[in-house]
Amino acid sequence: MSEHILEIRHLSKAFGSHAVLKDIDFTVDKGDVTSIIGASGSGKSTLLRCINLLETLTTGEILYHGQDVTKGKINASAYRAKVGMVFQNFNLFNNLTVLGNCMIGQQKVAKVPKEEAKQRAIYYLNKVGMAPYINARPDQISGGQKQRVAIARALAMEPEVLLFDEPTSALDPEMVGEVLDVMKSLASDRMTMLVVTHEMAFARDVSTHVVYMADGVIEEEGEPAKIFTNPESLRTREFLKRILNG
Amino acid sequence: MIGQLFTDIGSLWNKYGTVYLTGILNTLILAVTATLIGCIIGFFCGILQTIPYSSKDNVVKRFVLKLLRIIIRAYVEIFRGTPMILQAVFIYYGLPYFFGISFKDIWTVSIIVVSVNTGAYMAESVRGGIMSIDRGQFEGAKAIGMNHWQTMLHIVLPQTLRNIMPQIGNNYIINVKDTSVMFIIGFNDFFAVHKMVSGAVFKYFPSAFMEMAGYLFLTLVSSFLLRKFEKKLAGKPNYELVNTDQLVMTAGNYNIPTEGGAPFDEKSRE
Repeated sequence: MSEHILEIRHLSKAFGSHAVLKDIDFTVDKGDVTSIIGASGSGKSTLLRCINLLETLTTGEILYHGQDVTKGKINASAYRAKVGMVFQNFNLFNNLTVLGNCMIGQQKVAKVPKEEAKQRAIYYLNKVGMAPYINARPDQISGGQKQRVAIARALAMEPEVLLFDEPTSALDPEMVGEVLDVMKSLASDRMTMLVVTHEMAFARDVSTHVVYMADGVIEEEGEPAKIFTNPESLRTREFLKRILNG
Repeated sequence: MIGQLFTDIGSLWNKYGTVYLTGILNTLILAVTATLIGCIIGFFCGILQTIPYSSKDNVVKRFVLKLLRIIIRAYVEIFRGTPMILQAVFIYYGLPYFFGISFKDIWTVSIIVVSVNTGAYMAESVRGGIMSIDRGQFEGAKAIGMNHWQTMLHIVLPQTLRNIMPQIGNNYIINVKDTSVMFIIGFNDFFAVHKMVSGAVFKYFPSAFMEMAGYLFLTLVSSFLLRKFEKKLAGKPNYELVNTDQLVMTAGNYNIPTEGGAPFDEKSRE
């Protein structure tokens, strides 16, 4: 019934002689909330960055609605506008206000008229609870607030998929909750999401699909209930034991 | 002694006041214009120099971009590495020599020489400024679909401008002073006035005193204005919270699309 939005085929990535990702295959369907978990250095973030073409793949292909986006036939910018990304370090534009951050992409990339861009920006800022702060600059708000603005900025482009690269890892513990709450509400709105995370509770309770990565390969994937209660792989079991009891 | 100095300055001012003022105005116009054009050259070089290319790009693109970087490099090294006074002479006499173009208008040559010279320094300042911008800013811009040109124009260069404002100020102040070498090709700047007037009435020191005071006045006022501008670029120190209800009413006009839109529809194509 569902068409694959993204299909990753035989993706490999090496930095010099160091292979970070080895022959990765997986698909993202509409409405999926996929959590990618795994130890640091297992290649999770690199995978996400490859999907958004921030890194060039060594081999393999990324199909977006069946079209390969790695071969240069499809405009990388147009593709990225449809596949939003939220970074660990927020990467809000320091020269713009909160509102400006959420408008600039719409105006310059999607060519949305200014007034509509503003309404759309406010609509999504309101969704993440940051609408009162439209006049603030990024350096004037807290980390959790920055990340919520970054999510609104990505949403304002109305992407088909949102990629989250460890969105709560750079946050103080008391701010993690507010960002996870926003992500949960997106998940309940059936937003297609791909989340690299260390938040096991999120992976277990919110996502529809969990991918466990180790040493650049997908060690195991499946429904969260299965991965968390009855993993097949020994490595998965050990990782989860370490994380959940640690 | 001091009394004598002021009498001399008084008499110089009475006789040549407007000449001095014209000189100071010419210096100011040349310095401001050339610094602005120099900045534009510098920013342009900065954008061109940072166009990314990888080994996956085709040969032509790689060749063109590499050539571009070499040309900019050569431009910077040549104009940074030779005296401006010589550049002025070189261009003023060189162009008629080779191309038969002679400049009737000394303003044009002067502006070209000082702009191109400033541009060489600015290209380096801008390059440094761009390098100082966090990679995350580039990635954030890329991630919402901006291309290199858009990223530079809307995100990176505004921040670069703020960071290198002190250096632009530096260049401008240097230009106020160093445009004095343009007397060599007959540009009538503030210093040329000194040469002309003191040669006519033999009052070298009083005239030099006026020149010192005049240049210092120009640079001090400039410094003050530059500081003000820097503060303005830094933005407001505070922000006001906005009443949410009002905003929601505004945003209420916006209808969320039920579908995510067709992939690569007309809107998203560049």
